[in-house]
Amino acid sequence: MTPTLASSTPPMIEARGLGFARRDEGVFGPLDFALSGGGIGLIEGDNGSGKTTLLRVLAGLLRPSFGTARVLGAEPGSETAREGTATMGHLLGLKADLSALENLRIGMGLYGHKPTPGPFAMLTQVGLEGYADEPVRSLSAGQKKRVALARLALLPARLWLLDEPYANLDRHGINLVNDLLTAHAAAGGAALVTSHGAVSFHQGVTCTVRLAA
Amino acid sequence: MNAFKLWYHKLGSPPYFYVFAGYIQPWLWTIALLLAAVGLYGGLVLAPPDALQGDAFRIIFVHVPAAWMSLFVYGVMAVSAFVAVIWRPKMAEVLAMESAPIGAAFTLIALITGSLWGKPMWGTYWTWDARLTSELVLFFIYLGIIGLYHAFDDPRQGARAASFLAMIGAVNLPIVHYSVVWWNTLHQGTTVHYFGPSSIAPSMLWPLLLMTIAAKFYYGASLMGRSRVALLSLERGKDWVADEVRGDTAHG
Amino acid sequence: MSAASLGGAFRTMLVRDLLLAWRRRGDAMLPVLYAIIVATLFPFALGPEHALLARIAGGVVLVTVLLAMLLALDNVFRGDLDDGALEQMLLAPQPLSLLLAARMLAYWLVTALPLLLVAPVLAYMLGLEPAAQPVLLLALLLATPLLALLGIVLTALTAGTRRSGMLLSLMLLPLAVPIVIFAAGAVGAAQQGLPWVAPLAWLAAALALALVLAPLACATALRIALDT
Repeated sequence: MTPTLASSTPPMIEARGLGFARRDEGVFGPLDFALSGGGIGLIEGDNGSGKTTLLRVLAGLLRPSFGTARVLGAEPGSETAREGTATMGHLLGLKADLSALENLRIGMGLYGHKPTPGPFAMLTQVGLEGYADEPVRSLSAGQKKRVALARLALLPARLWLLDEPYANLDRHGINLVNDLLTAHAAAGGAALVTSHGAVSFHQGVTCTVRLAA
Repeated sequence: MNAFKLWYHKLGSPPYFYVFAGYIQPWLWTIALLLAAVGLYGGLVLAPPDALQGDAFRIIFVHVPAAWMSLFVYGVMAVSAFVAVIWRPKMAEVLAMESAPIGAAFTLIALITGSLWGKPMWGTYWTWDARLTSELVLFFIYLGIIGLYHAFDDPRQGARAASFLAMIGAVNLPIVHYSVVWWNTLHQGTTVHYFGPSSIAPSMLWPLLLMTIAAKFYYGASLMGRSRVALLSLERGKDWVADEVRGDTAHG
Repeated sequence: MSAASLGGAFRTMLVRDLLLAWRRRGDAMLPVLYAIIVATLFPFALGPEHALLARIAGGVVLVTVLLAMLLALDNVFRGDLDDGALEQMLLAPQPLSLLLAARMLAYWLVTALPLLLVAPVLAYMLGLEPAAQPVLLLALLLATPLLALLGIVLTALTAGTRRSGMLLSLMLLPLAVPIVIFAAGAVGAAQQGLPWVAPLAWLAAALALALVLAPLACATALRIALDT
């Protein structure tokens, strides 16, 4: 995507003076930033600086204490915002008793899915060929992360909110995340990614949000 | 309407409420104690013994106000809880959650005095009478609300969850009452009507009314005191609390 | 792109929950075993006198079923909360109440339906008159979904807390008193040859109301308990 095209569309995330306080103690903010389609935003900060909290506010799981946030032109957590957003949290939301394929089907049933590729092809793409019918409980931490990434890539969401997507992944896994991000951005999507900065990161970052502890 | 809104917003601010509650609390205590003293004198000394029950009936001067208060406090709590769930002001959460233990205490008093009264009346401390049984269920509902409030790490979150439970309980209470009455008639329980409004003598009525009003003022006083303590704990770390505590130590 | 439909999401949740229960079908049997064991304790405690047991049979079965359902309530959101699946439900584009309605239906199918199957057997063992048997089954058919709906709303309120088992009984049992009274009242009336339709009609009315309100209340409760 060319920068002009990205800037001509309204931003997918727009934060103005956004901040959050828990029990009247500030967690982060006030923050001002915008992220448009085709862009990848990186949230940097040390442990406890509020990276996860920021993602939860944008997902609509927490109410901002001050300032405003617009996600896909709507309130965070509203139906419009939820429809176009996919999240991958610290907890992956996979059922350990179900197989990788069944877990993908649940995600597709709740969020809808892209026309291609199908869940099988997607599992192959994330390097889990032959694991489709394996219960998730028998997979390693990195493989579970790959199942969650496969689910993410299957959903029709335009905006991704990813909390530490590189954690638990080997070098190939890190490349996989970067490939998925590149493809997502090239298709006009946007992603906001948290990282504590220890990994060599994707080159296409268009904005960086720094959080102080 | 505008004056009401202004009052609502002013009292909704914790520092203002803290000062306001501290100001009216001694007055509420004084009125409650005075009314209770006169009411108890009227009930225990002036009122003549009952023709059938002798002096045993005098427990109504505690039992009946407590039983009424058990429902009154629930009503106040349910309204605060409703406001707390819908508009989330901190003060409504505090008032609802600080009402719950007071209501539970009134319910417990009504239960204990009711069973003490039951001994001379029915020859047993406990009978599955419709009113006593409803009161017992009400006591459990209060305990559930208090328990849920304390189960959360964050007191504000606990207050909202317990407020929602209080709302569910408010919907359920009339159903509980009518189902218990129905159950009681179904099993031919010996429902003894304590007294009809027509059968009560004026010499008993005025102490009873005084005691009821005294109980309301006691509730007000107790609620103000409890809310002040709860506010200090909730708002610790805020400047006004630090000022308040420093002021107190300077005076003392 | 294909967006997920409301019906599709409901079906997805229902199939998911039934599949999860099937993978752990041993756990699903525990409430049934619990009910059988508790019901058999009564003759041991009261003596095998037929007349006495026959008189209390309906009430014993009802209370036993209620306690067995309570046993399984604590797990309704526990697993989804621990692995993050509940968060995915909250973030899904569908209304949360719809997904919770599927959760409630699944809970009733997995927990209450097996109990409904053993309840007549337990009532027979305790000597309930054959005439009262269909009334007991009908009462359970109305009371168990009502308990499931009410219980899951209350469980949602405890979702953010760590210790919820005992607390849940303290919250649910007082509110379940009318359900027990009406269900047991109908069975008792049938035993005495009296008309028993009225209490069951009240239960049915309450159930109709709860079917509409409980999913909405549950969504509100869950958002409160998880502070979203």
